[in-house]
Amino acid sequence: MSEIHLQIDGKDVVASEGMTLVDAAKSVGITIPTLCHHEKLEPYGGCRICTVEVEVRGWPKLVAGCIYPVEKDLVVRTRSEKVDKVRKVLVEEMLAHAPDSEQLKVLAEEYGADKDRFDKHPSFCIHCGLCVRYCAEIKKKHAVGFVDRGSNREISFFPEIAGKECWDCKECFPLCPTSALQAAYVLAESLMSPPEEAGGCGCSCSGHKK
Amino acid sequence: MTRLSSPEKLECARKEIVAKIDPSKPCISVCAGAGCLASGAAEVIAAFKTELEFHGLTTEVNTRGTGCPGFCERGPIVMIYPGEICYLQVKPADVPEIVSHTIKEKKVVERLLYVNPATGEKVTRESEIPFYKNQQRNILSENIRLDSKSIDDYLAIGGYSALSKVLFQMKPEDVMGEIKKSNLRGRGGGGFPAWRKWEESRNAPDPIKYVIVNADEGDPGAFMDRALIEGNPHSILEGLIIGAYAVGAHEGFIYVRQEYPLAVVNINLAIRQAAERGLVGKDILGSGFDFTVKVHMGAGAFVCGESSALMTALEGRAGEPRPKYIHTAVKGVWDHPSVLNNVETWANVPQIINKGADWFTQYGTEGSKGTKIFSLVGKISNTGLVEVPMGVTLREIIEKIGGGIPGGKKFKAVQTGGPSGGCIPEAQLDLVVDFDQLTKAGSMMGSGGMIVMDEDTCMVDIARYFIDFLKDESCGKCTPCREGIRQMLRVLTNITTGKGKEGDIELLEELAESMGAALCALGKSAPNPVLSTIRYFRDEYEAHIRQQRCPALACKEMIAFHIDPAKCKACGTCFKQCPAEAIEGGKKRIHVIDQEKCTKCGTCFDVCPKQFGAVGKISGEPVPPPVPEEKRAL
Repeated sequence: MSEIHLQIDGKDVVASEGMTLVDAAKSVGITIPTLCHHEKLEPYGGCRICTVEVEVRGWPKLVAGCIYPVEKDLVVRTRSEKVDKVRKVLVEEMLAHAPDSEQLKVLAEEYGADKDRFDKHPSFCIHCGLCVRYCAEIKKKHAVGFVDRGSNREISFFPEIAGKECWDCKECFPLCPTSALQAAYVLAESLMSPPEEAGGCGCSCSGHKK
Repeated sequence: MTRLSSPEKLECARKEIVAKIDPSKPCISVCAGAGCLASGAAEVIAAFKTELEFHGLTTEVNTRGTGCPGFCERGPIVMIYPGEICYLQVKPADVPEIVSHTIKEKKVVERLLYVNPATGEKVTRESEIPFYKNQQRNILSENIRLDSKSIDDYLAIGGYSALSKVLFQMKPEDVMGEIKKSNLRGRGGGGFPAWRKWEESRNAPDPIKYVIVNADEGDPGAFMDRALIEGNPHSILEGLIIGAYAVGAHEGFIYVRQEYPLAVVNINLAIRQAAERGLVGKDILGSGFDFTVKVHMGAGAFVCGESSALMTALEGRAGEPRPKYIHTAVKGVWDHPSVLNNVETWANVPQIINKGADWFTQYGTEGSKGTKIFSLVGKISNTGLVEVPMGVTLREIIEKIGGGIPGGKKFKAVQTGGPSGGCIPEAQLDLVVDFDQLTKAGSMMGSGGMIVMDEDTCMVDIARYFIDFLKDESCGKCTPCREGIRQMLRVLTNITTGKGKEGDIELLEELAESMGAALCALGKSAPNPVLSTIRYFRDEYEAHIRQQRCPALACKEMIAFHIDPAKCKACGTCFKQCPAEAIEGGKKRIHVIDQEKCTKCGTCFDVCPKQFGAVGKISGEPVPPPVPEEKRAL
């Protein structure tokens, strides 16, 4: 691996090829905030809270620090005025969905975000995709996924798979930055469970054996 | 069908086809593009066949369904050769007259000709109709010359000669050089130089490479790619194979949206015909070069027009963009180098090879060479496809080719570039059309959608329309795009329904800035319709917010209909036609609109006889109180 020299917030940084800006910054004690990033998962670049400003051939542009690879002589600003403004709006937008998320509250404090700026949209989900990706990439079960697109995009457990796989796993629960997953899961569970008096659904699915 | 195993055999086959064509033999060409088919072209073709049979002329006259020549406003379009007589809006009932007059007696059916609205003159030949005369149709002109389902027709006009030239007389580097010299820029949106993508892929060490046609045209009001792929599918295929040879790819894909069923049929047919002739597949024309191509039908997501989303969809996954910090030309489909170009870009390639880069660069401006096809739609007299050299002004396109705004209305703005583009006001109409100038004006070339708007269009509502479109068409993966669009739509909806407040414009600008952090070009450019309308029509935003007034009288929630008692003649027309029964009338009694019941459909406004003009639209002011009962008698 060859060494790559770049500059982050005025500090000279020596990184190795293939490292992302988040990793390179971390190596010199600079923290770039992340929400959808997870060491064990493929880079995703969805939440954009890790947005930083880089200068490419003299042109500033906004990129996602969790996926942008280090480049020779790159100039990176992790806390420029523009970056802070963008992060503030992003946090405010996410707070409209998940006003009680601890992680978001910390970020709101840091960037002066107003949690009531936008009308509440109580989905609790900020679409970080950690549950979806963890289930697909690590567990290889695909029990939870995204449905629909645009503003209507949401996570959903697929009953046929979730009924068999989720009861003994639940490893995605602690990953969720907003506790949305539990809400969704509880909903799915309530939909799947037969009424008590009916005494089971009659199938052999593990989910109903409890 | 015989396989053509050498360039000589291709030329022999071509000669044979051409020899069979008698240029003096009458040919009836009917546009069989989606637009004309929708207005009854298939019935017209059937009527011609029946009529010719009736007159015993089947062998003496050819009939064919061709690609779209572009004048969609006046379809179905019939062209009669030789003589190039152009009949517009032809119905099956017109067919007997055309056959008896034009085919048998060589006379022109005057009533089916184009009438120049300025002079009242009738125009017989297609090329003399102002709509066509002011264009430079390097690519589109081929459409009407061939039956879209016939490879022989394509061969007859020189088809696949560029491929043959490339395979036997040029090295891949030579092809690269020619394309580089032509400075062909991508016609799909961003205007990225095609050769750069090609070169990056070619230089990538991975031996497996792909070339792809992006036929996922999705901008509202845009249909130029559809016309090309439906009308002249072989030209796209030929361009693609040439590209494959240049970059060293042996597999290709054509990603076409399934909402274009005729395009899917025609491109599949073209591939099959080309394979039978040995023009695609193993050992093309005996050159040793192999290339296979598959058609992939898109499921209709707008975002799949974005390169990385398209490639994700090709792989069989949900079409979502992925980070492109490493270009798809290096790491694309299944992580192999992939060159993706738009339909129109590929269609230019055979012509550049055949006629040379110098021919191509004689058209256009310094930075944008060649011609560009636009779909000219909206409040414009001549709706259709327009091919012009880069560098003409918007005014020339709208006034000379488009014939201006119908109904004596005033021009307000032209929207270019689809949901990623912006609105350009009258003051900028002399702007020359090329990639860089449109971007400077806050819009973009995009794939070539051009929507003309007149004084009745509310610019805030237009911005709201595009954001509403994107609300469903964003993939929803990244926060700035998904949430930014959601919040923008909320603000714009408030403004257009009279609930706007001070600070809304600044909020829109702040949201737009945050969307600069979006993952793909769709999100990054989504604010353009909003920003460009704020830039040029800020007064309209302010009128909505501060005076609760829609200057264009278009936003339903902010207007009221009112009958002027001084002008009402109690004719009862509006009273009878009001679907909401909101008009109180009666014989010789001035009519009054009940504002509580009125649904603002505008029927009364439309039906009030012109000589009275008693119904008016008002906005931003209180509705005058109804005429007192005692004063209502006429």
